[in-house]
Amino acid sequence: MPLIKGGALSDDDWVSVGDDEPLPADRPVIVPLKRWQAERDALGGRNAAMGVRLESADKAEAIAADLGRLALVAIAFPTFRDGRGFSTARLLRERYGFKGELRAVGNVFRDQFLFMHRCGFDAYEVADAREAEAFAAALASFSVVYQRTGDGRVPATALRQLRRAAE
Amino acid sequence: MYRYDEFDHAFVNERVAQFRDQAARRLSGELTEEEFRPHRLMNGLYLQLHAYMLRVAIPYGTLSSRQMRKLAHIARRYDRGYGHFTTRQNIQYNWPALEDVPDILAELAEVEMHAIQTSGNCIRNVTADQFSGVAADEIEDPRIYAEIIRQWSSLHPEFSFLPRKFKIAVTGAAEDRAAVAFHDIGLRIVRDGNGEGDGEVGFEVIVGGGQGRTPMIGKTIRPFLPKEHLLSYLEAILRVYNLLGRRDNLFKARIKILVHEVGAAAFTGMVEEEWEQLKGGPVELPKGELERILAYFAPPAYERLPAVTPAFEAKKFEDRAFARWAEVNLFPHKQPGYAVVNLSLKPEGEPPGDATAAQMDAIADLADRYSLSEIRVTHEQNLVLPYVRQADLHALWQELVPLGLATANIGRVTDIIACPGLDYCSLANARSIPVAQQITRRFNDLTRIHDIDELKIKISGCINACGHHHVGHIGILGVDKKGEEFYQITLGGDATQTAAIGAIIGPAFSAAEVVDAVETLVNTYVDLREPGERFLDTYRRVGPAPFKEKLYATH
Repeated sequence: MPLIKGGALSDDDWVSVGDDEPLPADRPVIVPLKRWQAERDALGGRNAAMGVRLESADKAEAIAADLGRLALVAIAFPTFRDGRGFSTARLLRERYGFKGELRAVGNVFRDQFLFMHRCGFDAYEVADAREAEAFAAALASFSVVYQRTGDGRVPATALRQLRRAAE
Repeated sequence: MYRYDEFDHAFVNERVAQFRDQAARRLSGELTEEEFRPHRLMNGLYLQLHAYMLRVAIPYGTLSSRQMRKLAHIARRYDRGYGHFTTRQNIQYNWPALEDVPDILAELAEVEMHAIQTSGNCIRNVTADQFSGVAADEIEDPRIYAEIIRQWSSLHPEFSFLPRKFKIAVTGAAEDRAAVAFHDIGLRIVRDGNGEGDGEVGFEVIVGGGQGRTPMIGKTIRPFLPKEHLLSYLEAILRVYNLLGRRDNLFKARIKILVHEVGAAAFTGMVEEEWEQLKGGPVELPKGELERILAYFAPPAYERLPAVTPAFEAKKFEDRAFARWAEVNLFPHKQPGYAVVNLSLKPEGEPPGDATAAQMDAIADLADRYSLSEIRVTHEQNLVLPYVRQADLHALWQELVPLGLATANIGRVTDIIACPGLDYCSLANARSIPVAQQITRRFNDLTRIHDIDELKIKISGCINACGHHHVGHIGILGVDKKGEEFYQITLGGDATQTAAIGAIIGPAFSAAEVVDAVETLVNTYVDLREPGERFLDTYRRVGPAPFKEKLYATH
């Protein structure tokens, strides 16, 4: 799958591995949550970066204590309608302080890039490489936001007060 | 009323540009109808039985005359010369062409309006008491908080793909005219403390009410929330719902089902736990912003007038029709010498809630001359002029009569809520509008209407209950029986602070029988009532048996 990272198409060093598949040596791997929980110590001792994939029903709390050992968390969007991943992402970033790569996988469309970015995602697996061309425009489609999330954008409500204070 | 600043203007203009691009991609064939669907739904554009339908947000039901003129213009230029005011204080256009919709949205943006989040599984347009700011029984104007919620919920990045749609209503008054117990979240402005009326102002938070196929009365999960924590508490509720609300079954996806399945106490526990983490954090409204928004809702510069206006009292003596209208369609104003005027959109034989472009323009002019250029939309699908001097009432009434806006039936048997039904809606099982029209023809004698007193009839064309039949004193639900339209009747529903869900009275009636059935119910009430009793009072006192007996005696 094409990967958008840093605002553009990007090479993907990571390998997604299922529950029973062998782990490639010395390559960063993404394992399902269940496998991480079952083999945590062995996986944590590998000589390469570790990532965990959360399905949309998996909770951020399930890996909150492990985040220091994870370089990547992938959150699945099984359909565009399933918005649980937006909450999970904010919790990982804003409550549990995750600093690694937060990757949206599954049904990821341009019209959700801005929402995803605002919730803390910084990498997006898309079905079509052309989505990368729309990425910058999608993020720039709104200059005004009304909510303060972990993305650093200052909401209109705060800008008004800053302006008032400056007057 | 609230006015956009440069941020709000930029936001809606950017939204128009975004939708223009999406619509162009659809029209060029780059997007299939299925791919386009989520985009149009985010902008209030539905595909109905015959055409697209555009639902425009009227936040908390407040409109300026300028905005009303724009709505008239859109009806005339892009639609078939009318619009339909809805039970969520919005307006719907039933015949727009897709290629025109970006232009319609651009025209709306010119007058500080939009169609954002009037559909889709997101936080919908926030509703409020239509008498906000002018009702005597009000603690604070709920529109202040509805506007704060409107902004916070606009394209909320976390809550735009919820399990299902999400509706919030706010009231500031003792009398609940916003049906807060029947919303996903209902907020009631209350005073904390000992009941002596001097406590801090905050919110009673009610969650999990709703209608549809599983009607439920909301549960109070927090009796008092200090108002500075409004947004953190809402964010906590929405986050719990977004993560735990059911997504496996469309019909079980509303928050009411979650609250019901986990139990109100456990749900409250989860919200409170989440809130502990969010309370006082960055989500709260920045200091100064509440005051900024509050200032827009400051009372207007009222004239100092005596409480009783002799000219108005004299006119009521002289003109019986005027007196009757004044008795039924006026609501007491908190300011001496003023009145709140209800304009009925329920004239005999017309679809409830419809207004023509000519009527909308005329109402805008009347608002400029008589009501400080402001208009309200009620969830019962009528309009309101909130600031009319009593001395002007007779002149205003004389202008309303020829416009067909002076039917003296507010809150009465012919002031019916009805969904669009099978005439327009792709979900409906039966027609609603013709039933409403027939009831207004049957009860077309004003003396009789007045004698019947308050009676709320609400009609839905399917189990989704857009016509609020569950909370009708008499509720009528259209059902399909082997390809034929039938109507099931419920009694005893109540959308107010004495909330109740109506109970089915018996087997459904055919389209030919349903109006007779309503008349039988009304006559039964008239026979049984004690002095001063409304239909609902009598029903509550005597129960369903006498009504059932009369209804089915001849069957």
